[in-house]
Amino acid sequence: MLNYVWLFLMVCALVFGAINGKLKEVTEAAFQYAGIAVDIALGLIGIMALWLGIMRIGEKAGLIQLLARAIRPITRWLFPGVPSEHPAMGAMILNISANWLGLGNAATPFGIKAMEELQKLNPYKDTATDAMVVFLALNTASITLIPASIIAIRVKLGSAAPWEIIGTAIFASTVATITAVTFAKLFQRLPVFRIKPADTTASSTEEESRS
Amino acid sequence: MSELFRTIIEHVSLYAIPVFLFLIPVLAFVKKVKIYEEFVEGAKEGFQVAVRIIPYLVAILVAIGMFRASGAMDVFVSILSPFTDWIGFPAEVLPAAFMRPLSGSGTLGIVTELMTTHGTDSFIGRFASTIYGSTETTFYVLAVYFGAVNIKKIRHAVPSGLIADIAGIGAALFICRIVFG
Repeated sequence: MLNYVWLFLMVCALVFGAINGKLKEVTEAAFQYAGIAVDIALGLIGIMALWLGIMRIGEKAGLIQLLARAIRPITRWLFPGVPSEHPAMGAMILNISANWLGLGNAATPFGIKAMEELQKLNPYKDTATDAMVVFLALNTASITLIPASIIAIRVKLGSAAPWEIIGTAIFASTVATITAVTFAKLFQRLPVFRIKPADTTASSTEEESRS
Repeated sequence: MSELFRTIIEHVSLYAIPVFLFLIPVLAFVKKVKIYEEFVEGAKEGFQVAVRIIPYLVAILVAIGMFRASGAMDVFVSILSPFTDWIGFPAEVLPAAFMRPLSGSGTLGIVTELMTTHGTDSFIGRFASTIYGSTETTFYVLAVYFGAVNIKKIRHAVPSGLIADIAGIGAALFICRIVFG
């Protein structure tokens, strides 16, 4: 899937860049964004280390598993392939709560931790599982109770009521979240998106080459 | 009412992290976990994870950056505008909606620009703010999370994410029409 998205973006960039006479800008953007990508990733190191360390403590003390058990009724439906007391559940709950509270700095490390735990349950290491796609759906359409960055800009631009978009944003993101989960669950049954047996060999050879 | 809601959420957001950072080690210590050793053991992974996502982020962000710089978006906006005019979607906001799944900072730039020209408390300003506040940057999230575990075949993640973005933007238009007129 990403092959098509990537090809689409690149072809559009080159074709329209040529038509609009912006090929120079396109080239510059390529180099600039390559740098931005590395900056973003490296900027994550410290905060990742902090939260992964805290998560490890919580896991060793059994606290993450406790959290996972507490919300079992919902997660059993959302993630039927994941054992209800698996650490992945705990990490996913923390990620989603952090997202709701607008704590982006904590949400990403929790989310990555959750993906690592889900990956342990994945028989085909280079292919997404159903649970991963549902989890990602929850994240791409994430509900935020206070969208802090846009409110800050509204304040700066002198809005009379910078907060008034909170309610509308919560409504829109709730609709988006429900849609995301519904379609993730519907699509997982379609033959096009089914996990193909060929993936097994692909993942095992990659496993070898990595180690 | 919304004032109260805001105060509650702001307090929860403010205290969540300090309480969490305090509670986990203390409870673990009581349960006889070697907290310092375990912390360091967990934290070690931070570097590897960050490095692991670099190629995925470079791939996605470079493609999106080139797409943005080429002006291709204007073309898609003009193709879509007859339809969006028909449903009462303000044409000015279309670039923001288009940019939302691709780039967070890009969308923020467009929304800020819209609010500067049309006013923060205009319909356009409120609608664009709602769009920005209502979803995450789909492709960024996909690159980071799948990149962190080296997953390349992401199956139905893109279509479900994009359909959700469209639904979110549609819902934003619907609710803004009702609330802000």
